[in-house]
Amino acid sequence: MTDKPAKPRSFQEIILRLQSYWASKGCAMLQPYDMEVGAGTFHPATTLRSLGTKPWTAAYVQPSRRPTDGRYGENPNRLQHYYQYQVLIKPSPPDLQALYLGSLQAIGIDMDLHDIRFVEDDWESPTLGAWGLGWEVWCDGMEVSQFTYFQQVGGQDCHPVSGELTYGLERLAMYVLGVDHVMDMPYNDPDAPIPLTYGDVFKQTEQEYSRWNFDVANTDVLLKQFEEAEAACADILDRPYEDPKTGKRIVMVHPAYDQAIKASHLFNLLDARGVISVTERQAYIGRVRALTKKCADAFIETEAGGWVQ
Amino acid sequence: MPDLLIELFSEEIPARMQARAAADLKRLVTDGLVEAGLTYASAGAFSTPRRLALSVEGVLSESPTIREERKGPRVDAPDKAIEGFLRGAGVSRDDLEVRDDKKGQVYFAIIEKPGCPAADIIAQVLETTIRNFPWPKSMRWGAGTLRWVRPLHSILCILSDEAGANVVPLDIDGIKSGDSTEGHRFMAPARFSVSSFDDYSTKLAKAHVVLNAQERADHIWNDATNQAFAQGLEVVEDKGLLSEVAGLVEWPVVLMGDIAEDFMGLPPEVLQTSMREHQKFFSVRNPKADRIEKFVTVANRETTDHGKTILAGNQKVLFARLSDAKFFWENDLRTPLADMVAKLANVTFHNKLGTQAERVQRIAALAAEIAPMVGADPALAKQAAEVCKADLSSEMVYEFPELQGLMGRYYAQAAGLPQEVANACQAHYSPLGPSDDVPTEPVSVAVALADKIDTLTGFWAIDEKPTGSKDPFALRRAALGVIRLVLENGVRVKLSNTFCPRIAYLDAVSDARVISTRGNIRPFLVDYYELESSTSDEEPTEPVLLHKHLDDAKGKSENLLSFFHDRLKVYLKDKGITHDVIDACLAMPNNDDLTLLNKRAEALQAFLRTDDGENLLQGYKRASNILSAEEKKDGVEYSYGADIKFAETDEERALFKALDTAEAAIAPALEQEDFATAMSEMAKLRAPIDAFFEAVQVNTDNATVRRNRLNLLSQIRKICTSVADLSKVEG
Repeated sequence: MTDKPAKPRSFQEIILRLQSYWASKGCAMLQPYDMEVGAGTFHPATTLRSLGTKPWTAAYVQPSRRPTDGRYGENPNRLQHYYQYQVLIKPSPPDLQALYLGSLQAIGIDMDLHDIRFVEDDWESPTLGAWGLGWEVWCDGMEVSQFTYFQQVGGQDCHPVSGELTYGLERLAMYVLGVDHVMDMPYNDPDAPIPLTYGDVFKQTEQEYSRWNFDVANTDVLLKQFEEAEAACADILDRPYEDPKTGKRIVMVHPAYDQAIKASHLFNLLDARGVISVTERQAYIGRVRALTKKCADAFIETEAGGWVQ
Repeated sequence: MPDLLIELFSEEIPARMQARAAADLKRLVTDGLVEAGLTYASAGAFSTPRRLALSVEGVLSESPTIREERKGPRVDAPDKAIEGFLRGAGVSRDDLEVRDDKKGQVYFAIIEKPGCPAADIIAQVLETTIRNFPWPKSMRWGAGTLRWVRPLHSILCILSDEAGANVVPLDIDGIKSGDSTEGHRFMAPARFSVSSFDDYSTKLAKAHVVLNAQERADHIWNDATNQAFAQGLEVVEDKGLLSEVAGLVEWPVVLMGDIAEDFMGLPPEVLQTSMREHQKFFSVRNPKADRIEKFVTVANRETTDHGKTILAGNQKVLFARLSDAKFFWENDLRTPLADMVAKLANVTFHNKLGTQAERVQRIAALAAEIAPMVGADPALAKQAAEVCKADLSSEMVYEFPELQGLMGRYYAQAAGLPQEVANACQAHYSPLGPSDDVPTEPVSVAVALADKIDTLTGFWAIDEKPTGSKDPFALRRAALGVIRLVLENGVRVKLSNTFCPRIAYLDAVSDARVISTRGNIRPFLVDYYELESSTSDEEPTEPVLLHKHLDDAKGKSENLLSFFHDRLKVYLKDKGITHDVIDACLAMPNNDDLTLLNKRAEALQAFLRTDDGENLLQGYKRASNILSAEEKKDGVEYSYGADIKFAETDEERALFKALDTAEAAIAPALEQEDFATAMSEMAKLRAPIDAFFEAVQVNTDNATVRRNRLNLLSQIRKICTSVADLSKVEG
């Protein structure tokens, strides 16, 4: 704990430092998944790869959308679109806590001045049919990460267990950079020829999406799309594993899972539009969970999922 | 004798589980040792966020040798028999002794089970304990199958005596036992060896770990109150929070910070709840200004800047949290109460019992009905019931469910509603438990009763009654709440009258919900009696449904009443009223009027404690026993009036007179519900009854006289059971 790197100066520098830190620890640096998701966990590199017996290690930034959290860019902490940094290592290494604390140091949190705590927080994702035990990590009373040992995903027991770290990047960066309003946070270096704040990049989009999410998104269309995605997911997985054209065994888990992700996001949009009643809510969550379960079941029938001929 | 030290070192154990886990470790290990023959002098268990520790002093160094003698066959028994005996006892022929017995010479086997070294026993007991530890929730990690609350990293297990310490060898899924542990995660992370419990706790303290949770809690509380006191302030006591925080730190450092002036307008309960729930901060009150002005947070370490950075960070987080709370508070205040009420139509209470809005309408109707019985203005009671759940759709209660009711009071006040209405918004949830205060303001009482009776009749209507230990809707608590509201306020209400029509209605509606999808049945309540005689012309659908459900409802209503009676027995038992006394009173009419029931039971219990009462009971029982026996024998019931002209003795005539006098005095007393007077009148029968039995033989040869006497006994029975059914009283 003697190595104290200089403080980062921008949002992107924090991301870059996390990237190089976890790269130095051997993680595969993946890129964000190219679909709308509610959290980094939805990336197939986490959901699907935490299943089966094959070792896995990956880290990536994932843009995440939570339509109900939109505040037209006015709230200092709440956004409908934000970034998560996600690390998944299977099996969880014995020194995962130390590795994690190393990453905090890497982004300029001085362990000698701050109070880092692991506070019980059991994680559960009803739409993913997943749960795990772990903590939320507090830095001076602020939650800066979620730390979870996956026990079940898609209704399947995790053997071996994956360790998952999720950093809420904006909140963490605001804290490290000492910024009070997310929109004021330097996005690139404040001394760059063209310095940009987070607000320069995202204020307008927050407004646009807040309006669309809350008032304009056509709920009939969304409902229809939900049903379509649901049907497509099932249809894809119902196809025989052997591809009639190539004669190869090709289980189309990822295309099916894309539909599950889609259904999940459509549900979030419908929720933000306030058209889902409390009782219906459970039913929708159950429908999405049924899809992810199906995908999980199919994934362990694939090579990446540990299937051997 | 050696001492045993065990430490199970893991990643952070949830605070709420630590104390219990330490106790479980102690129990499981010491029980296991004793069972294997290893007794000990004393044991103590400890917990911190990262470790469970157990110190057992004065352990036997090995379990004692056990010597057992077993008697075998006679020396001259067939070889086969002797061999069988040898096999069974697990000994050879050389181990047998020959002893003289009554039957002659007999073989005895001497079986010796040698003692086992303490280390072997401990290793086995500890492994069993770890593998079967009763965590409320446990997990696997890495590629292993071992379960623990969070990954288990090391096991310290040593036996130490004057000669030194020895590791008790143990290997659980690759975790080998040793004699070392780690200190504070940040302040002293190096691993170190220990040689005894004293050495362990001393070295831990040097490594910035306070092993004893109570010591950590005391330190936090003392330091916090001292810091507050120095500024003329006081820390708001919160024992639950204190023990939780003591479980979040190994090296507590108390820091006090300011709450920005911006938030002083928030209700103090909101400040307190937000700080406690989200930040685990203690509230610090200024007693002079009567407001919460500061907070105390507990860090897990010392820093070179004396906590400055930590405190600044905490303050910043608090600012953001309270900004949210302020935002909710101001939004809620801007929202008309009627809008909040309207939103309840979107909140499902239970899928068979409809929305909160429907429930509120039912409660309002019932509250207005109950109001006159509790001295409340029906209009006010109705108004209060209509807004009593409004805060459930407020942003504040969405964020902090534990503030329900309280926020309702604030919002009703802000809306300018009468104070009784605002108070009822909060008080109608009470009493929540046996020690919670019971509302006394009439409007609050009416709404509180209506709320609970609606809940109970609802779940009875749809057959969701508590079973065994399962009571997910807290119906026992609701029934006890009704009992306490009624008794402590002396409310006179015949519960059956409120139960039956509601159960019929709710049952019908819940069926209709299932039968038809038209939903939205007009919420209405029909008078039970009107309904019984009405035809189904005016209300085409609902009354038909209701009729169908009415018979069913009567049964359910009776069942609910007997549930109340069971709860009442439990409640009155604590007040010194025995179950047989309650049974004696339950057998009387109007037993759904709990206040009446209680009055009767109290009077009877007091009466039975007097000599007269005790003796009268004996006299009554004697009369009743003779009477029942004769009635059974003769196959008739002796209930004609006895005639004094057949009386033969003075004692008999005196009893006639006494019964007449008593009957004349008891009737008006009962009319007045003056059970004490009724019973003291009854007590006057004691002497004449005793004298009668002393002097008179009931079963004489003269049939007319005998019949007359039996009818006289019948009169005793009648009078004695006019206040309570004395046949149910034991003794």
